[in-house]
Amino acid sequence: MKLHTLSCCLLSFCLSANVSYAAPEGGVVTEGPLTSLDKLETIAAVKNAPSPRRNIAIQQWQTSNGTKVLFVHATELPMVDVRLLFDAGSARDGAQFGLASLVSQMLDEGTATRSTNEIAATFENLGASFHAASYRDMFLVDLRVLSDSAYLDPALEVFTDIVAHPSFPDASFNRIFDGAQVGQQQKKQSPSAQAGILFYQQLYGNHPYAHPPSGTADSLKKIKTDDLRAFHQQYFVAQNATIAMIGDMTDERAKAIAEKISSQLPKGQAAPKQVAVPPLIKAVHKHIAFPSQQTHIMVGQASMRRDDKDYEALYVGNEILGGGGFGSILMKELREKRGLTYGVYSSVVPMSAEGPFMISLSTRSDQTQQSLDLIRSSLRDFIRNGATETQIAEAKDNILGSFPLSTSSNASILAYLGSMGFYNLPANYLDTFNDRINKVTAKDIREAFRRHLNPDKMLTVTVGQGVNVAKK
Amino acid sequence: MRYATTSFHISLQKAIVMRKLWLVSLLLAPLWASAAVTNEFTLANGLKVVVREDHRSPVVVTQAWYKVGSAYESIGSTGISHALEHMMFKGTNKVPAGEFSRLVAYFGGEDNAFTTDDYTAYYQIYSNNRLPLAIELEADRMANLQLKEEDFKKEIRVVMEERRQRTDDSPQGIALERFQAVAMLTTPNRNPTIGWMADLENMSVEELKKWYQTWYAPNNATLVIVGDVNTDEVRTLVEKYFAPIPAQVLPKAYNPKELTAIGEREVKLELPAKVANLYLGFNVPSLTSAKTPKEAYSLRMMLGVLDEGLSARLESRLIREKRILTAVNSAYNLFARGDSLLTITAVPAEGHTLEEAKAAILAELNSLKTDAISDDELKRVYASILADNVFSQDSISSQANEIGMLESLGLSWRISDELPDNLKAITADDIRQSAQQWLVPANMTTLYLKPTTLNVGEAK
Repeated sequence: MKLHTLSCCLLSFCLSANVSYAAPEGGVVTEGPLTSLDKLETIAAVKNAPSPRRNIAIQQWQTSNGTKVLFVHATELPMVDVRLLFDAGSARDGAQFGLASLVSQMLDEGTATRSTNEIAATFENLGASFHAASYRDMFLVDLRVLSDSAYLDPALEVFTDIVAHPSFPDASFNRIFDGAQVGQQQKKQSPSAQAGILFYQQLYGNHPYAHPPSGTADSLKKIKTDDLRAFHQQYFVAQNATIAMIGDMTDERAKAIAEKISSQLPKGQAAPKQVAVPPLIKAVHKHIAFPSQQTHIMVGQASMRRDDKDYEALYVGNEILGGGGFGSILMKELREKRGLTYGVYSSVVPMSAEGPFMISLSTRSDQTQQSLDLIRSSLRDFIRNGATETQIAEAKDNILGSFPLSTSSNASILAYLGSMGFYNLPANYLDTFNDRINKVTAKDIREAFRRHLNPDKMLTVTVGQGVNVAKK
Repeated sequence: MRYATTSFHISLQKAIVMRKLWLVSLLLAPLWASAAVTNEFTLANGLKVVVREDHRSPVVVTQAWYKVGSAYESIGSTGISHALEHMMFKGTNKVPAGEFSRLVAYFGGEDNAFTTDDYTAYYQIYSNNRLPLAIELEADRMANLQLKEEDFKKEIRVVMEERRQRTDDSPQGIALERFQAVAMLTTPNRNPTIGWMADLENMSVEELKKWYQTWYAPNNATLVIVGDVNTDEVRTLVEKYFAPIPAQVLPKAYNPKELTAIGEREVKLELPAKVANLYLGFNVPSLTSAKTPKEAYSLRMMLGVLDEGLSARLESRLIREKRILTAVNSAYNLFARGDSLLTITAVPAEGHTLEEAKAAILAELNSLKTDAISDDELKRVYASILADNVFSQDSISSQANEIGMLESLGLSWRISDELPDNLKAITADDIRQSAQQWLVPANMTTLYLKPTTLNVGEAK
């Protein structure tokens, strides 16, 4: 619910401040063999235990209007999740930065026949949860509701109306706009948000990924409700949509629901393929002076499309470099050996166009240069030398062993279904996952990293007091 | 970050967002009545074990909960529970420093830990065939933790970076810390769980050793296991690895009971920032300190009427109708050890001051004391409670979190099964009386966060 989303980002501190975590992923690292393998009694038993696998039977079809549908029949809990995805993220904003985001916030503010209050009351009286959100590639509209038709039917009725016939009322727009401006101010007081915004701007230049999905204080001022309507008309069409569903309903019911949603949308056409990202021609370092105790650092490059054949190699390699919660080289060098940061991560974000590779952390100001040097030398070494066989074996064990965890809830399976549909992944994507990871070799990783990342042309972004702050 | 993150999540900051969401569900989400089979037993050494068999997916979460947290700490040693939590990953004889999480990952697992006022909890999540390892590891570090000076020296720096990142560089982080310090007057709940920086700078590994020896005992812990497991097999494993750990004499735990009618408190805080924030809080009992459970359940339903969902009063009246607020968020921690707070945080809308925002919120609170609460409002709150009962069963971790939290507070996990009925019994009259009793100036703390100039440079 959008106000709650806003509240979450503005006010979540009230809930989170008094809980502290050891580390985002535990994150403790050593070199060399795991000596505990020889000392713990249970190792032999768990090492040879057969790997369990949840059978996830994905059904895939198209509605008569051409919307792709993915469905998993899951009867264990009396509930249903419906996720509608449009290729209508902020990359489709055009010159109106923040347009998709405003559409997502305005979607449930009214339809031709329902007011804001009626929509909220209907969902809440049914205990249904509705959520719309836009990211760079994707626009998501989610519904979670009890599967009993006394709840499911009326909730779907309103859901479909919201998606197909939003009215974008002016009265609501003023309020949503004001909230969005507060959100902009909120970002200005956060050094990490500033770093993220600057990173994408510098990395993507004139590409549609460059601007913040939530727009800017100035760009929002130029957007009118007619612009929201035009955006909705162009992109909320059957050919540009994917429907992902999981829950306790029959195949016939699922088919009827998908058909109903899709039939309310004009057929339209899919959004054009996202344009390629021009690579950086030289190393760039941008800095924003900010009176924070820590400096926020991001280092990266545009790296990979979702359909790239190097996906698995980069994925496994990145786990070793800084993606995994174990043995990650960056975590070892910066946190474990030197206590420079609470956490340092690298990630490869595959997107429709070349998504970013990025390393990010925050550290006390006077440790900025030391941290930058460590990141750069670790990255350079990794690109030059790649990973060792031991590192690769450990990473694969982790990735394959944790796969059941990532499909253990309806919510996590729904996320897979949505992405598989959105990025046109094959229907057997989950079934072949193990094989694809197993096939990755040291050579694949080394070559993939060299193909996609050039250590001499990295973007560096820092936000804080500056690189050269004296130790206090 | 794991597979699901890199390949499918869209958000840049997923790890953090997830934690916040998780936390919301822990503190705010109404509980569920579970259909899964739950069994419990206690070892001779006092270790309480709760096993919920959820066979939907071949995975298992193992959690160890210790009844110790920042509300157990003294002046001068704030943050010690959380610092010890960090050190619990720093090695035993069998599992040397640096290997714990790596070993978990090697077997495809995830692990982490968290600390609050009232408890410190550790978890491992794996495929269900790794359960024996999870239990052996958790038992090992309950009894055999090595706390080495050199490891501590590095790790306390990590904790300080954590503090800078979460609190010191966030105007709202600072404001909340100050608010808590004023709203709670006599209990240790006034201190931040991560600890004051001065205390972190002053902390020694010797103190941590003592803290570990004092509180990390089987008779001060609850082991929670949820997933595709068989209780008899769990029992055999737990007995094998935990039964040899001796019980010990525990110190008397301090009971965090606040003064009544402390008096109205107000803090004006100016910080370099961009967004003004209002914090309102009322000293109220939790389920553990209320004279009767009904007192706490009435507060929980009152929160629902006020601010649960877009149809609730604060959202519909102050954000949508009157447009005095841009955002509002209310919370009441029903489940705490000792006394609690009911808090309302808000951002005023353009053209409105913090004082106007406060006046508008107080008017809504006062109307709870006099005006009728409709059946529709109560039904709406209850509908979301019932649905969330089902939704929250989707995650084995959130089920385990709830069991562990309740047990660590000295309540039974069964409380959650009974909760919908207990909340349904609350009437409009109960809520009115509750508002009259608790929402009074003598219980109230206000913090105004007023932004001063924040100088942010241009990108260069």
